[in-house]
Amino acid sequence: MTPSPVIELRDAGKSYPGGVHALRGVDLTVEEGELVAVVGPSGSGKSTMLNLMGTLDRPTTGTVRIAGYDVSELSDARLSALRARHIGFVFQHFHLAAGRDAVDNVADGLLYAGVPPKERRARAREALAGVGLDHRRSHTPNELSGGEKQRVAIARALVGEPRLLLADEPTGALDTASGALVMELLHRLNASGTTICVITHDNEIADALPRRVRFRDGAIVSDLRSGPRPGPRTEGAGSCSRTEGAGS
Amino acid sequence: MKHDLRPARLSPRDILRVGAVGLRARRARVVLSALGIAIGIATMVAVVGLSESSRADLMTRLDRLGTNLLTAEAGKDPLGQEIKLPRNAVAMVERIGPVRHATATADVDARIRRSDVVPEERTAGVTAQAVRTDLLAALGGEVDKGVWLTPAGERLPTAVLGAVAAERLGITRTGETIMMNDTRVVVVGILRPIELVPNLDRVAMVGFPAAERYFGFDGHPTTVFERSTDASVQDVRAVLARTISPGDEAGIKVSRPSDALAAKAAADEGLTSLMLGLGAVALLVGGVGVANTMVISVLERRQEIGLRRSLGATRGAIRLQFLTESLLLSALGGATGALLGAATTFGFARVQGWTAVVPPWSLAGGLAATLLIGVVAGLYPAIRASRLHPTVALNAT
Repeated sequence: MTPSPVIELRDAGKSYPGGVHALRGVDLTVEEGELVAVVGPSGSGKSTMLNLMGTLDRPTTGTVRIAGYDVSELSDARLSALRARHIGFVFQHFHLAAGRDAVDNVADGLLYAGVPPKERRARAREALAGVGLDHRRSHTPNELSGGEKQRVAIARALVGEPRLLLADEPTGALDTASGALVMELLHRLNASGTTICVITHDNEIADALPRRVRFRDGAIVSDLRSGPRPGPRTEGAGSCSRTEGAGS
Repeated sequence: MKHDLRPARLSPRDILRVGAVGLRARRARVVLSALGIAIGIATMVAVVGLSESSRADLMTRLDRLGTNLLTAEAGKDPLGQEIKLPRNAVAMVERIGPVRHATATADVDARIRRSDVVPEERTAGVTAQAVRTDLLAALGGEVDKGVWLTPAGERLPTAVLGAVAAERLGITRTGETIMMNDTRVVVVGILRPIELVPNLDRVAMVGFPAAERYFGFDGHPTTVFERSTDASVQDVRAVLARTISPGDEAGIKVSRPSDALAAKAAADEGLTSLMLGLGAVALLVGGVGVANTMVISVLERRQEIGLRRSLGATRGAIRLQFLTESLLLSALGGATGALLGAATTFGFARVQGWTAVVPPWSLAGGLAATLLIGVVAGLYPAIRASRLHPTVALNAT
């Protein structure tokens, strides 16, 4: 087994008809076990980054490899399967199904991965225990606080044991205390080995993470890390490189 | 490693469960749009059920009344002269091989009034006929009150009234008298309606001998009735007029009273087709309602679609989800409609005294129509949902 980076962008660009360049030739590598903040003001291209990293969209130039797969080479159905098995999403507004309890919501994270119903529910209960919501299993979203909802959403993203967890403004809709709890949870999950990418506009949150990739006008302006670098073995070639946008 | 990315297929159970998600969330809308389908299917099932039940009832009635009765009625000859059937017409008809029974009635020129204080012009729409005593048995008629004409009674000024005649004259008991011309006649019996020959319901019947004696009747029958074996009805029909009055056959109208009942059933069939058409229109409108509901459902649930795509749902899975939802929606309406239609059939048949018949093919047809509508109504919204780009769907408000 060759260790492939979880995320590997090579000169990736995204432009829309009408000449809008949302992303200009970005190079970024994220290794297994990292906890990365993608930070920047709105319109800086970080949402486009999220879509590319989550394979919800394809680059117009360059290559995007997620878990070793070249996104441009995969059909829509295979991309869907890639998301089902290797990527978990956490959204600002949770996107939980109203009227269905926490276990059902979390179990939906396995629905499209071909896991039988019984196992889905069993693993959903485990995942809920993992985010500290064991006692809230049978509550529906409107019976949960914002922070609890986001933890249910995190459990749903993690239940399939993805190689990559993408969190889009995970604390954006939460009060400070709940937000802190959610960030603490993400740190803990990372400590136990989950690769996490947090997209945020909040510098305070970003500064608390070990690696920070700053965006402006569709290009990376800085890529800083603090503390010891986690992740498995690394070979000579810089596994965590950053280059200024080539096109600009 | 490139080949392990095969999208998983949902199990049928999961497909149903996911398809029902949208229905559970919006119950009022589901009920209303299923109602459209239900009304259409109920109409069609009930119309078919009622028409089949009424046909079955007619068949048993025809079975009971028999289809082997023929009538030969005196009409006009080519010069417009009234034809007189010979006095011995019944005896001649009885000589036709397969004929088992023959009898006759004759128009009698007598004005009928309730009593002698009623002016002669007011006849209450009741006419007089001379009848043979074997008429009742030949037609399968039944006495409601009193007795039928006896061989002794047919010589006396006594009458038996048809059901409508009794009602028009206001006679409810036997033993009352009516006036026929200037003769006081005692009513000895009142008949039940005669299904095969409803004309006789509006008639006051007296015996041939009495008619000749009291009302100047000439003894010529007007209508001959005969019953033969079932197999030989057509053969008898071919020779009946000629047998009764050779040379005058063109002026004799031969008919089969059971045909009139069958014709009535055929006329009902036209109405049935019309009602079926109305049911189909209701169903079509119901289908449009389902399509409308589905389009709105897709618009409202773009975020859910985006989420499912991010969880790994393929376009096909999204398409299938909304198609299933549409199918479930119309199947709900179809099942309700089939139950309603069957219940209507049973209720109405009970009121009419029929045996309810709900043909299985009408239920199967209803189900097929429902599924077809579900697919047609759901296809466009489902395709729209599946073509929604995941990022657009997720960011929808």
